[in-house]
Amino acid sequence: MLRYALLRVLGAIPTLLLVIVLAFLMVHAAPGGPFDDERVLPADVAANIEAAYHLDEALPAQFARYMSGLLRGDLGPSYRYRDHTVSELIGAGFPLSLQIGVLAVALALMLGITSGTAAALRQGTMLDRVVMSLAMTGISIPVFVVAPVLVLLLAVKLQWLPAGWSGATGAAKFVLPVITLALPQIAYIARLTRASMIDVLGQDFIRTARAQGLGTGALIRVHALKPAMLPVLSYLGPAIAAVLTGSVVVEEVFGIPGLGQFFVRGALNRDYTLVLGIVIFYATLIIALNLIVDLLYSVLDPRVRRR
Amino acid sequence: MKASAAILLMILLIAIVGPWISPHAYQATNFDAILQAPTAAGMRWFGTDDLGRDLFVRTMLGIRVTLLVAIVASLVSLVIGVSYGAIAGYVGGRVDAVMMRFVDTLYALPFIFFVILLMVVFERNFLLIFVAIGAINWLDMARIVRGQTLSLRERDFIDAARLSGVSTARIIFRHIAPNLLGIVLVYVTLTIPQAILVESFLSFLGLGVQEPQTSLGALVDAGVNQMEGASWMLLIPATLLAVILLAFNFLGDALRDHFDARQSR
Amino acid sequence: MSLLEVESLSVSYDDVAVVNAVSFKVRRGESVGIVGESGSGKSQTALALLGLLPANATMSGSVRFDGEELANAGARQLNSVRGRRIGIVFQDPMQALNPYLRVGKQLRQILLQHNLARGAEADTKVVAMLRRVGLPDPEAQFRAYPHELSGGMRQRVMLASALICEPDLLIADEPTTALDVTVQAQILDLLEELRDDTALLLITHDLGIVAGRCERLLVFQEGVLIESGATTSVFSSPENPHTKKLLAATLRTDRGDIAEPVTGATVLGVDNASVSYRDSTRDRLVAVTDVSLTLRKGETLAIVGESGSGKSSLVRALLGLIPMQRGKVVYAGELLEGPVLSRAASKRRDLQLVFQDPASALNPSMRVAAIVGEPLLANSPALSVKSRSDRVIAMLNKVSLDENILRRFPHQLSGGQAQRVAIARALILEPKILICDEAVAALDGTVRKQVLQLLRDIQRETGLSIIFISHDLGVVRAISHRVAVMYLGRLVEVAATASLFSSPSHPYTRALLDASPVPDPRVTPIAAPLKGETPSPLAPPSGCVFHPRCSYVESECSRRSPELRTISNTRVACHRAGNITLAR
Repeated sequence: MLRYALLRVLGAIPTLLLVIVLAFLMVHAAPGGPFDDERVLPADVAANIEAAYHLDEALPAQFARYMSGLLRGDLGPSYRYRDHTVSELIGAGFPLSLQIGVLAVALALMLGITSGTAAALRQGTMLDRVVMSLAMTGISIPVFVVAPVLVLLLAVKLQWLPAGWSGATGAAKFVLPVITLALPQIAYIARLTRASMIDVLGQDFIRTARAQGLGTGALIRVHALKPAMLPVLSYLGPAIAAVLTGSVVVEEVFGIPGLGQFFVRGALNRDYTLVLGIVIFYATLIIALNLIVDLLYSVLDPRVRRR
Repeated sequence: MKASAAILLMILLIAIVGPWISPHAYQATNFDAILQAPTAAGMRWFGTDDLGRDLFVRTMLGIRVTLLVAIVASLVSLVIGVSYGAIAGYVGGRVDAVMMRFVDTLYALPFIFFVILLMVVFERNFLLIFVAIGAINWLDMARIVRGQTLSLRERDFIDAARLSGVSTARIIFRHIAPNLLGIVLVYVTLTIPQAILVESFLSFLGLGVQEPQTSLGALVDAGVNQMEGASWMLLIPATLLAVILLAFNFLGDALRDHFDARQSR
Repeated sequence: MSLLEVESLSVSYDDVAVVNAVSFKVRRGESVGIVGESGSGKSQTALALLGLLPANATMSGSVRFDGEELANAGARQLNSVRGRRIGIVFQDPMQALNPYLRVGKQLRQILLQHNLARGAEADTKVVAMLRRVGLPDPEAQFRAYPHELSGGMRQRVMLASALICEPDLLIADEPTTALDVTVQAQILDLLEELRDDTALLLITHDLGIVAGRCERLLVFQEGVLIESGATTSVFSSPENPHTKKLLAATLRTDRGDIAEPVTGATVLGVDNASVSYRDSTRDRLVAVTDVSLTLRKGETLAIVGESGSGKSSLVRALLGLIPMQRGKVVYAGELLEGPVLSRAASKRRDLQLVFQDPASALNPSMRVAAIVGEPLLANSPALSVKSRSDRVIAMLNKVSLDENILRRFPHQLSGGQAQRVAIARALILEPKILICDEAVAALDGTVRKQVLQLLRDIQRETGLSIIFISHDLGVVRAISHRVAVMYLGRLVEVAATASLFSSPSHPYTRALLDASPVPDPRVTPIAAPLKGETPSPLAPPSGCVFHPRCSYVESECSRRSPELRTISNTRVACHRAGNITLAR
């Protein structure tokens, strides 16, 4: 078991390296430098700035410099927000994104699994059809459509919830962003749970359990739940990635100063180090989470475990 | 299933024919007629936007662009995904293990971030949008195709074909490929909505198609800015986008059910 | 009052009746067999009794169990009966047991459900039950997952689950179909031993099994109960023509004409073949060790063995579908080697294969015409479309299929038709050697008889040589001239069919013969001749691989592996061959 875990961790390292290299190359391949939008600087000043940021060095040298910094936990300074290092910025933006993201995933799991299970148990009935239609709609409407529409409805027209972020206080301001972010995931998890549960309930061993006299409750609890949840567990990795993606939109629409917003700004501003730092940060997060999910999966599915 | 197909066809038809019916050009600004609500007068069925451009024509154009990008991108991911998956599945062994490891690696990445980077780097080149979107979606296709190929390879009729002296090429084309068709079709119809979502997302961020061209995503972006005053600017393209996505998803689901039934016979 | 009274039970799906107004009774302690071909409604009837039909089934009629009406009863009532007063054992324990739960947990849940025990007491009862069903290490197996157990052990677990609450009725639906014949004998004996006064409803397509184990028989045909009565009467004087057909189609190991051995030129020689491959956990698994065989022109050589015997691997290696690690194959005087696609076409087409499962052997996206015509396309591309089509039709006629089958897809064919299409495809290149890998195992009795006759006819007409792999000794007796018996990848006996059946030389052959059920109620079934199961090829026993299970074992047997030697025209690998009498 431990060996399996170690192997997977080792296997993840090349992935991470690949990400870093790719991101680095792409960022540096972009035309235009980080200082182009501002006032046109005299040549020697520009040269000095370049030297200070080591932009005049050859690419491999820059990369080596970056890697050594990375290993020390130093992601470099932000080109745009001159007084801050990338690490600081990530530290500022991430907690907020994390809060919203975690709430969204938790909400998605709770609502998705319960509605999916309910639909599976009442397959073919009105409840099932309604839940599935809602779910279908949920995955069909993009986040960036839902967000403004919800804001329009609930914040502007009905005034139930705050529309923006900065002015509002208290927990209420979390509600809209979290719901918006969670919506497509609730839908997807509901569909996935339903399909998985239906599949499990159709297996021969469920028929055996019925033949042994187990009632629905015990049937699901003892026999069906674990295998049915496995695909949902597998989906957790991509789900988190999707939530990260969605957070970019949600933060834009609601004006939340989270990591997603920093990324887009950084991309548009050619803030190399910031962008690079955030990509690496997120990639590490996703890879780590996928690893945990994988290990959990192997613990829960006895057929995966070998010697 | 038939309903979805019909709806899609209808939308497509209108999108193609629509602009010919209306007298307005999609890029024609008219500052006397900005932000007009939809009305039958002057054939402004969808109203106008903040630059006075006719929204009906622009929406039709937007549909065309969105669908074009989605279909081409899906085809790109189809070609890459199917070839990759079929080769990995058929050759098997070490090659397969390495190839799938690569896929697993890519799967873990926050691809959308790379796409955004790409878009910024390469200045919204239209062609690149297709490629970028195709590059995200081929992973699922490759996985599915590889799985199917692997199970097909174990079937006795492949051995029977080899015993009969059928060449490897013909085995792949006549025996494996047709049995992949079903599942590939299902996944293409499910990939298209994903491609649409990505393109719309990019446009929404301002990284997609360039002005004065537009796509549904860009129209929604514009609509969000005018949300409080001119809600039709948001609602019309948003609804159409949702309908198209729904239709494709339903179609894909129905196709999947259809092929599942055939397989399990 | 009978324990179970079924009256006018009907089951239908979308207005298609699969069980049609079936009525029968089962008395306390009685053993009743339900027999019939596949699709005759036997399993559906069993499921209907317990209300286990899928949601889209419609059930009507009456099922009275000990006075209670069970048909279309509510969940609570059914659950009080299921598992507690009626137990059921299904065919495939790998599918029927929950692969995600430990065995012990699945069993104790039954006790919990029916409030018969809790906590530690439940665990103790489960372990005791596992011991009763013959599991060698019940405490360890309590904690095992199903996939960690062998096939026989899994079915014992299933039996344990059905009997743990000491029910009044046990339903067994094809309980041994997925098992090796020697394991089948063990399970059937176990069933008898554990049953006590529990009534038994035994469902099977195998008349041999019911002949020895059931007092009464119910014969089904296409959803209708066509005949019922005491087993002895049904066998000796059947009334219904279909019953007569079923009985006529049975193949016995103790009776029936045996073909004379063939003399003549040898067409195929296999010398010291060894085959191994890497399994899913990347371990090297030796499937075949040192096998040498010959095949004469016009002869049918049967290869007999249970799972793990290596028979399929041997022929696949011979054909070039998988690599052969050692040894050589000689055909028509020349060496036959290398992967199949690299062999000369003229040699390759002379050896063809018919697979066990027609569903897997025919491409579901091709029509029959294309399937049977493809070998011609690959080997004689010069043929015109018309001549190719003519030859396909001629071949199909030969296997008694007519032209309207040309345009059909495999899923539109019955099992028998599909297998005949597979045979037509194999024969269209006019091979000299045909290998049949369990080619009739998936077929019903009557169709099987036809296919075997077909093979015999073609052999007589064309001098075709056949290698026939089977685990069913009745089939082997009916079709072969010589028999080779394999165990754990090794040849243990090769003899003319007549001598093998009348006086086998190897203890394993003797055991196989004893374990094969005889479809004759006057013959008492022999107690399971072998204990345990075939060991894993990853850990073969020392010396003679059969020694742990052999009743004639001596000290030498565990030390040295016996050579294959010839004793009066029979090749046998046993240290004690010639010194022990195995004839009955």
